[in-house]
Amino acid sequence: MKAAVIVFPGSNCDRDVAVALEASMGSKPLMVWHRDTVLPDLDLIVVPGGFSYGDYLRCGAMAAHSPIMREVKAKAEKGTRVLGICNGFQILTETGLLPGVLMRNRNLKFICKDVFLRVENADTDFTRKHTLGDVVRYPIAHAEGNYFVEPEAFRAMEGNGQVAFRYCSKTGDVSDAHNPNGALSNVAGIYNEAKTVLGLMPHPERLAEDLLGGSDGKTMFDSLVEALR
Amino acid sequence: MSKITPEVIAQHGIKPDEYKKILEIMGREPNLTELGIFSVMWSEHCSYKSSKKWLKTLPTKAPWVICGPGENAGIIDIGDGQAIVFKMESHNHPSFIEPYQGAATGVGGILRDVFTMGARPIANMNALRFGDPSHPKTRHLVAGVVAGIGGYGNCVGVPTVGGETNFHPSYNGNILVNAMTVGLADKDRIFYSAAAGIGNPVVYFGSKTGRDGIHGATMASAEFDEKSEEKRPTVQVGDPFTEKLLIEACLELMATDVIVAIQDMGAAGLTSSSFEMASKGGLGIEMDLDSVPMREEGMSAYEIMLSESQERMLMVLKPGPEAEAKAKAIMDKWELDFAVVGVLTDSGRMVLKRHGEVVADLPIDPLALASPEYDRPWTAPAKRPVVEAKDVPQLCVAEALKILVACPDLASKRWIYSQYDHMVMGDTVGRPGGDAALVRIHGTTKAVAITTDVTPRYVLADPYEGGRQAVAEAYRNLSAVGALPMAITDNLNFGNPEKPEIMGQIVEAIRGMGQACKELDFPVVSGNVSLYNETQGNAILPTPAVGGVGLLEDVAKSATVPFKNAGSSIVLIGETKGWLGSSLYLREIAKREDGAPPPVALHRERRAGELVRQLIGDGLVLACHDVSDGGLLVAVAEMAMASEGRIGAVLEAPHTLPLHAWCFGEDQGRYVLEVSDNDLASVLEEAVEHDTAARVIGKTGGPVISVGGRAVPVFELAEANEGWLPAYMGEEMSGH
Repeated sequence: MKAAVIVFPGSNCDRDVAVALEASMGSKPLMVWHRDTVLPDLDLIVVPGGFSYGDYLRCGAMAAHSPIMREVKAKAEKGTRVLGICNGFQILTETGLLPGVLMRNRNLKFICKDVFLRVENADTDFTRKHTLGDVVRYPIAHAEGNYFVEPEAFRAMEGNGQVAFRYCSKTGDVSDAHNPNGALSNVAGIYNEAKTVLGLMPHPERLAEDLLGGSDGKTMFDSLVEALR
Repeated sequence: MSKITPEVIAQHGIKPDEYKKILEIMGREPNLTELGIFSVMWSEHCSYKSSKKWLKTLPTKAPWVICGPGENAGIIDIGDGQAIVFKMESHNHPSFIEPYQGAATGVGGILRDVFTMGARPIANMNALRFGDPSHPKTRHLVAGVVAGIGGYGNCVGVPTVGGETNFHPSYNGNILVNAMTVGLADKDRIFYSAAAGIGNPVVYFGSKTGRDGIHGATMASAEFDEKSEEKRPTVQVGDPFTEKLLIEACLELMATDVIVAIQDMGAAGLTSSSFEMASKGGLGIEMDLDSVPMREEGMSAYEIMLSESQERMLMVLKPGPEAEAKAKAIMDKWELDFAVVGVLTDSGRMVLKRHGEVVADLPIDPLALASPEYDRPWTAPAKRPVVEAKDVPQLCVAEALKILVACPDLASKRWIYSQYDHMVMGDTVGRPGGDAALVRIHGTTKAVAITTDVTPRYVLADPYEGGRQAVAEAYRNLSAVGALPMAITDNLNFGNPEKPEIMGQIVEAIRGMGQACKELDFPVVSGNVSLYNETQGNAILPTPAVGGVGLLEDVAKSATVPFKNAGSSIVLIGETKGWLGSSLYLREIAKREDGAPPPVALHRERRAGELVRQLIGDGLVLACHDVSDGGLLVAVAEMAMASEGRIGAVLEAPHTLPLHAWCFGEDQGRYVLEVSDNDLASVLEEAVEHDTAARVIGKTGGPVISVGGRAVPVFELAEANEGWLPAYMGEEMSGH
């Protein structure tokens, strides 16, 4: 698998995801500066977390207009897999690669903690090593993760298997008590129609090694390697 | 230009005798720009004029110390060609006036101190003290400070891995925000601030200079009064995004070979950075202030030199256009301002030009080195009597425990640290809530342990014992995770040193700290002093905060607080006399804040630490927690509350002590261990070898903490412990 990680000024999870990718891939991903305009042939593009351009104006809004994103969009439209984590998810919604918006958390605060997620579609390149309904533990670290999309569009997305993960209890119970940020229908991550682009607020790369407290996140990178090898 | 009148001099915080010295140094009357420069350079904040004499007595050397106090941060050797760079610094006054920006720029400032030396910041910590929770301003200050620390640290992408938060009425008008940064550098790629090479260019980079924060250093060196709110414009505004760019740009630049010397612009901005670089190098600087990148038009030399705009750096480059071009290209990549603003000279003078004219001409060494040093009069505080346990009322221990775990000082601080990104960078092994945070050295199996400690009520009761205790507790917290304590940074927060009783606190606390550092081989490598923490004559509790750093050679061999299994033995390391003087039990249950604090026996502290580290290293410990605020029963309850499945404990108290004294006494030098039956004999044997008391006090298991015929469910304790802060801040506890 050949993978690239896009680096914006203000990205701060670029190294973390590169480390997790390398552990699963066995080789280092390519690090691509935001001013670059061309990407080589790739199987996976990762848009990492952080505060691209300081998140000034609106999270992800400026990054969505940086030179490299035109190329990311073009590649995505040709089917290259794209993974947006946290700020990367915000950027993907801002570019229109994914539907919906990420609003301020309902408690208006930044939240950093582990959450449980239910795998809502185990039939994609990102989750093929999971079983439908698996509960995984990933950390969240964001102030704007409150996902929203028009109800009609959401019904269509649900019908099309585009809901990737939902916040839940340790035992997989999806209820408002386990919704950390107020996201619509506890949505933590979504796919595009073709299930080739995934955006999610939680950070799989942060729990991809037992020493750090868990390795549920590694399964996502292992799935990608298996699918795209 | 304004005339220098006695009023103008007083407005600059310069005392009449200091002004006389200025006249001597200058040989003439200074102009306003020059006076402003003197005022910030000689402020307590920059010159340590009251504390210098005593700071010199602290032990600062050890074979593993690469750089002690005097540079931007301290540096220790952690082997394999790597070094840890760290420091703690206060941002108290600005945080009280404008909590969000005050705290945010405090984090920014301490980060710069560390990456200026060539280190990538890998962890932030903070020690916070707020006023009485019932004081009308406290909630607002907590919310603002926490949001500010998070807002800055989260954006720059350095994990905030722990700290401590206390509440006490003495901080009502004077909160403390002490921020600490730990960085990682290659031992042979460390950068210092001493300028060298006559004719070399002096380069400014980072953010532009604006009119913000003018006189911050002077403000930070004065007492507060009812007009302090009017000082809001002296608080700087931080931009963490620029700081992130600055970190990456600096580290990229430092990987080249063009830098001669580098210094961040902190308190007193361009003034202190340029004077420090020149003074350390024994050179002069000629600067053309017209080249300084400015945010607004019409700034005077006075304003440019005294601005405390954030995210700015000054460096001396190697000569020649290639070095300059290389540096400029990196700054261009990161979209940061870059300007050659001056040149090094052999004059030993700072010559500043604005609009083609010389606007200031000052000798550097007399100003930087001959800043006043006071031997202020001091009186040692009277010794307080020892409180006898029999004179302290006994409340049902279960009731008392429930009150204690929910009191503001012991209540869970999850509400705070969940607003800090404590996992970014992917190396946080020990998250907030443990005895010490544990951060792996990237790409290795080593880790640094980090803690911040001080018990201000002990320091008030007996500054000498309190100073010793602060250092000993840091030593203990590092040992409790299995790390070898290496060195400390100190952040000395006190009231007005012109009062002999406050000066006495400073002198005695430093003496106590120095002794503990010496006996524990735990030197001071950096620090910061914050004085005049008084409002309308009321001083804060003396708060010499200690930031301790330890090394763990194998990160897999560490211990954590939570109980792991039911049916293990609970072993208490260290001696228990039942010391209730100045304890939390006395304050929270008996509503008394008196009595001598628990004494620290440093030789025993050291032996207990060595024992615990060895037991953890040998894999004989399932869980470990130091015994501190609240005593033994609180420590056991914390291990139970933190455990998965809320594992309780059944304890057997000895008959030789009153039950409340055994449960809540704050005797020092103690740890609680969870040990499996298989390993118990080895643990007790090892304790004998180390000449350290070790006693089985009970077993883990069951849903309650039970002692002396009383029991309280762990879930009830956990609810009380987790509930206080969210309820206080007006929020429901969030679901898990």
